[in-house]
Amino acid sequence: MKRSIFRTLLICAMLARVAFAAPPQMPRFRFENFTTANGLPNNHVFAVLVDGDRIWAGTENGLAVYENHAWKTYTTGDGLAHRAVLSLALDKRTGDVWAGTMGGLSRISGGRIDSYTQLTSGLSNDVVYGVSVEGENVWVATAAGGCRLNTRTGQWTLYNERNTPMIEIWTYGVSATPSKVYYAVWGSGVLEYDQKTGRWDKYEDPDGENEIVLFKDQGLIHEIVTSVSYVDNILWAATYFGDSRYDGRYWHNFLTKDSGLPSNFTNFIKGVDAKRAWFCTDKGLAYYDGVNWAVYRPSLTDGKPEMTVRDAQGKVTPVAVTTAPAHNYVLGIDFHGDDIWVATAKGLSHGIRQKN
Amino acid sequence: MSRRIQSVAGTWLVTMTVAFLALAFLTDRPVRAGENDVKDYASPIEILLSPDGSRLYVLCQQSEEVRVLDVSSYAVVKNIAVGRVPRGFSLSSDGAKLFVANSWDDTLSVIDTRTLTVTATWPVGAEPSSVVEDRTGKRLFVANRISNDVAVLDAHTGEETGRLLAGRGASYLTLSPDGSHIYATHIYPNPSRVRSDLDNRTAPESEITMIDAPRAVVVDRIPLHRIAGVFHTAFSADGRLGVVAEYHPKNLVPLAHLEHGGAFAYTLTLFGMDVGQPVEVPLDELERYAARPFGVAIAPDKSRIFVSCGGSEMVTVIDVPRLMRFIHFRPRSQPVSFASDLSASANYVVARINVGHDTRGLMLSFDGSKLFVANRLDDTISVIDTRANRVISTIVLAGPKTISPLRRGEQTFYTAQYSFQGQIGCASCHIDSTFDGVTWDLEPDGFGRDIVDNKMLEDIKDTEPYKWNGGNPSIPVECGPRTEKYFWRSETYDNLTLTDLATYIRSLPPRPNRWRLANGEQTPAQERGKAIFERAQDKFGKPIPETNRCVFCHSGPKGTNQKLFDVGTRKPTDNSGLLKAPMLTNIALTAPYLHDGSARTLEEIWTVFNPDDKHGRTNDLTKDELNDLIEYLRSR
Repeated sequence: MKRSIFRTLLICAMLARVAFAAPPQMPRFRFENFTTANGLPNNHVFAVLVDGDRIWAGTENGLAVYENHAWKTYTTGDGLAHRAVLSLALDKRTGDVWAGTMGGLSRISGGRIDSYTQLTSGLSNDVVYGVSVEGENVWVATAAGGCRLNTRTGQWTLYNERNTPMIEIWTYGVSATPSKVYYAVWGSGVLEYDQKTGRWDKYEDPDGENEIVLFKDQGLIHEIVTSVSYVDNILWAATYFGDSRYDGRYWHNFLTKDSGLPSNFTNFIKGVDAKRAWFCTDKGLAYYDGVNWAVYRPSLTDGKPEMTVRDAQGKVTPVAVTTAPAHNYVLGIDFHGDDIWVATAKGLSHGIRQKN
Repeated sequence: MSRRIQSVAGTWLVTMTVAFLALAFLTDRPVRAGENDVKDYASPIEILLSPDGSRLYVLCQQSEEVRVLDVSSYAVVKNIAVGRVPRGFSLSSDGAKLFVANSWDDTLSVIDTRTLTVTATWPVGAEPSSVVEDRTGKRLFVANRISNDVAVLDAHTGEETGRLLAGRGASYLTLSPDGSHIYATHIYPNPSRVRSDLDNRTAPESEITMIDAPRAVVVDRIPLHRIAGVFHTAFSADGRLGVVAEYHPKNLVPLAHLEHGGAFAYTLTLFGMDVGQPVEVPLDELERYAARPFGVAIAPDKSRIFVSCGGSEMVTVIDVPRLMRFIHFRPRSQPVSFASDLSASANYVVARINVGHDTRGLMLSFDGSKLFVANRLDDTISVIDTRANRVISTIVLAGPKTISPLRRGEQTFYTAQYSFQGQIGCASCHIDSTFDGVTWDLEPDGFGRDIVDNKMLEDIKDTEPYKWNGGNPSIPVECGPRTEKYFWRSETYDNLTLTDLATYIRSLPPRPNRWRLANGEQTPAQERGKAIFERAQDKFGKPIPETNRCVFCHSGPKGTNQKLFDVGTRKPTDNSGLLKAPMLTNIALTAPYLHDGSARTLEEIWTVFNPDDKHGRTNDLTKDELNDLIEYLRSR
């Protein structure tokens, strides 16, 4: 009897500990937001890139760069291929910035802009959704397949249904490294290019285009892939129907019903390392540290700043905050030390890391 | 009297007969330059002094060596063989190494200055033309003329770590006195950005590319408006004054106004803290142009600027305080140009010192008392006393004692002495015997008519007729009466001079094609492109008429059947739509394209200017197939 009472008390104590435990320590930020009111050329920010102490923002009306507390905007008059800048990449070896636009690809180098279009160059299509730099190669995701520009020789190589397993040629994102290159393909899963062998491989949703998941973690979560990020030999893939992590052997998928994702509709994904990643969704910005989740956004109901933390047991705890990203429709993110810069549909946000 | 007349008549008859036979010979048969003609001349192009001032290093382009001279006696210490067609060299920061950029075999020779031997030969980018080491001795920067970039190399291993985007035809590098920045210039204008109906009539735009040396990134570009052809840069010892030598072509007016200074200005752009906003100042004066400025040196006390002017065969001396008074006479908030003011140079040019043919690199002694000047086409070094502004001695480099017809032709090509007021020579537009990337309105076709893109001269032997409209049957006709009448507007060549000039032009070999594989095979893309180039059926199985196949007009080893065709590119300003099929040799280098330069890239020839498939059947091709075709063309 005594043993039974003791056991019951122990269980209660353990439950209480779980129930009243402090939420995990997740990064907290004070967000400073930039809009047309304080220098941005347009509030619709498709992409953001951190380049040392310069911040580049690809907007619907020009490429803006923030330096020394001031914004400067490059437009088509400066040579930009198109006013709407969809993607950005930094060539760390040269300091050049590559911008994918709705009207071609632009290279920004020391203030000079050289643009490549489907008429003036070997670029396959002028709608450039994604760009990534690896060594002397610039990899491009366009509405008509992928391209690789060798900046040393000027040679363009196109990747499409004729020379890859790509069924659809609507490529949405690209992540290039010296070992592997991954393409996010709308309706055709993830394409993998092995730099050593020159071979292509393909990852698709085992359930096809069904909007159901028969077996969790059996493969890529969905065919409509919007973004890929390859870091520390881990592939992070975003779709409009959940997200995936792939370690070369096993898949792990994330859905709102079994993770801290605020939405399955993910525009952009960026891995920090093998464990951690940021998810840019239509219902806020999410961070995953390998176990726990944090979500940052203006409240979906009253618009007030909101941060929530979800622990490994699925318990969601609100964290009191006074600022949030400019909008909950998030399109891009980049890191600036411990700070983050976030592209949203209604402004650019600087998340300044706060001590917990 | 009658004997004298007979004698004169006889001489005239003999001269004319020789000239006629030579012309006929040139027209009908290929001329091969003797091996000795090509190799034996030294052709000094750049000069350096060792840090202790005891040795003079002379970079000899044609003999492909560095000649080391003792400064006290000018005796040869050693000749060091380097790579093909060396174009630039520099000493390491500690003076222990000499780096030589070999432009035709894409290598860098590393010379130990103690043993005077080549200790390493590193492969580098396409057509390396200049090299500098950073102040720390960790990095080398190499300007690559063909790939339009500056390569960053590990100075100890030669391993390349990055490529920085420079101007088109990147060629000359200068380290700032404090070692913080490297300034890169380029010889061809950057591609035009905008497209309009008059796109092919834009003025050229160039730049000075400013590289942060410690970070090895491009941090700024100083625009040089209306400039095509930018050469050496020099800095004052305090780093406050930068000077760059350049050509300022006036290509938006017909090339028919030499009398009014309407062809070229030869200028310097000044920049830096002493100047503020950049200022372009002319070197020319009314009766004496300073054609083809190349090398620049500034006296250690910043009192004088020395500029070598290859076409005028002289060194121009500028008084810096007077120059500063001139440019600061009125306040400026914007960059300004005095390029067309032929009275300007009288305010600051204090001497013009005659030197040798195609004078190039300059080197001041460290105390500034002597200036060494490389006379490329005389195989001599002029030594100038900078206090007296006169040549005090001429160092003759070992070589042939006689001047061959080929060399005389080259001297004629590079001089401006035949044109009115010495304004222009062949090399003003055909920089280093190539082209200038600029479109011109030439007079013979009428003002505003037949706008033409300047063409590469290499390998043009036996591709008659010449001119885009095929109007000139031979090189002597192209270079003789036409040039004399419409370009020079002054002295005419005598027949032997014209013969020598034609000999030189016909001798110009093509530079190595950088898109071809070393083993002579083709890449898969080039193979696919070749099949498209030669195909007789389109993708729908329809036969392509023979005259509409690429390979028909662009046949033979040089890619031309030398006939005229209408490929649908006639513009309202063109007198005829019939154009000669241009050869394809090194076509990748010669943008813009089409007869009037309206296609900025090879792609635009077919994506923009071939709507009716008259310039070959191409509209059935996919984008990747068109890319393959272009990859093949680049390998021609």
